[in-house]
Amino acid sequence: MDGSPAPQAGISIEALTIAYNGVPAVVDVNLQLQPGSICGLVGMNGAGKSTLFKALMGFVAPQRGSILIEGLPVAQAQRRQAVAYVPQSEQVDWNFPIRVQDVVMMGRYGRMNLLRWPRAVDREAVESALTRVDLLSLRLRQIGALSGGQRKRAFLARALAQGARVLLLDEPFTGVDIRTERLIITLLLELRQQGATVLIATHDLDAIPSFCDRVVLINRTVLAYGETSEVFTQANLLRTFGAAPQLTP
Amino acid sequence: MTMLSVVTMASPAPASSLSSLLLEPLHQLFMQRALGIGMLVAVVCAVLSCFMTLKGWALMGDAVSHAVLPGVVLAYALGLPFALGAFVFGVGSVGVIGWIREHTRVKEDTAIGLVFTGFFALGLVLISKLRSSVDLSHILFGNLLGITDGDIVQTILISLVVLGVLAVRGRDLLLFCFDPSHARSIGLRTGRLHYLLLTLLSLAAVAGLQAVGIILVVAMLVTPGATAYLLTDRFGPMTLLAVASALTATLVGLLASYWLDASTAGCIVVVQTLLFILVMVLAPQHGLIAHRRRRLTLPSPPQGPAA
Repeated sequence: MDGSPAPQAGISIEALTIAYNGVPAVVDVNLQLQPGSICGLVGMNGAGKSTLFKALMGFVAPQRGSILIEGLPVAQAQRRQAVAYVPQSEQVDWNFPIRVQDVVMMGRYGRMNLLRWPRAVDREAVESALTRVDLLSLRLRQIGALSGGQRKRAFLARALAQGARVLLLDEPFTGVDIRTERLIITLLLELRQQGATVLIATHDLDAIPSFCDRVVLINRTVLAYGETSEVFTQANLLRTFGAAPQLTP
Repeated sequence: MTMLSVVTMASPAPASSLSSLLLEPLHQLFMQRALGIGMLVAVVCAVLSCFMTLKGWALMGDAVSHAVLPGVVLAYALGLPFALGAFVFGVGSVGVIGWIREHTRVKEDTAIGLVFTGFFALGLVLISKLRSSVDLSHILFGNLLGITDGDIVQTILISLVVLGVLAVRGRDLLLFCFDPSHARSIGLRTGRLHYLLLTLLSLAAVAGLQAVGIILVVAMLVTPGATAYLLTDRFGPMTLLAVASALTATLVGLLASYWLDASTAGCIVVVQTLLFILVMVLAPQHGLIAHRRRRLTLPSPPQGPAA
């Protein structure tokens, strides 16, 4: 590495089309997400949000178009620990015999040797991440013994421990308490300060203006994308959802 | 060898304790060999059973273990190591299941049901036509008491390979069981981990069928993990408890089969199942009694005590 910045830091999606069995899920999506920004991804269920996430994670291959993360194809970016993913709560087996600190340590696996034996630097990263999400005192709990908000924070801690420059969050505010929501938002703002690229799919429309720099509205394709103040309007939401959702002013 | 002759030969000092009398059969070489190999197989299968339980692959274990039958028969007929044939067909069945799932609209559990019965049936046909020295009942139900030197060597090699791979890649496999999306997002090749775990499953099934045969080997690959899963919330202790329960079942089952003159495989698996039932009822955190007690004490509706 010569220290020069990646040609295209952040996330760069060009002309992305993905279809399942010939049925298009997203069509001709173009997006450029800059480092040091938080982008809200808004759309109805079935509008292609999760397909977009799957594509960013390399789970589905595009029919057309390309995705670059930190200037690299997805698989390469992942191998360089460039992307962290915070899953939806429904995707996790909460009965799994694993403790909070073990989950967070899994964020470090990509940076360890093949045996995945933690070194001092890994333990420090885990402890620091647990401290930032205020879970240090619960680190020995089995993950299912956490509340909804604590569970979310545990997985956010894993992403922090991973130290990725690009963060994907899928509905991080579903089923969490107000304290956790504030803590997550504060952390995301800190990460933005440090130059991270954050993409967050959320139904929590009220919270968006308080921390998202940009918003992308999608329904199969990008309906609108830009600064939150310009794009996050009643008229655009009407186009996105077909009916205006209740927005508190 | 009949039981009676052994009993009359046994222990000239009748004052010795009941336990030493019960353990008497272990003074004999064939019992020692059976116990040694049985315990090795128990350890290998028990460790793997933790992954199977957590991944939800019991059915896959059943499929792979049945599908090895034609491989075993062909290997014996061709004079090759039985483990080789079993392994090829075990992994082959996994490949066929995956191919059907990906290339047709048939769902995975259907594909599993299709493939393992098909392979198993092929094995039955082969065994009836080839008329080799293979004793069908030994393959189906195990032959721990009559295990040959060649089989012992093969089983030890398989066990070392499985335990060695788990020692090196166990943490990645656990991550793969827990959260494949995350595994992928940090650059692990989840497809390879998937097939690595299935390969280990095939190998363990081959080792396990030495002990209890094709029909019951899935018990070795599921029950210890399930038992341990009810006893702990951590993976390390879960592995140790699974191994402990499998070892206990092998020892007790082997002795029971000796004294009762009953099927060895049957006895081992029955003891394993009894251990599971015991734990299911009595486990301190996740047992039925503990659940019931919690349900009774937690809401505590103010019902006036009769006294």
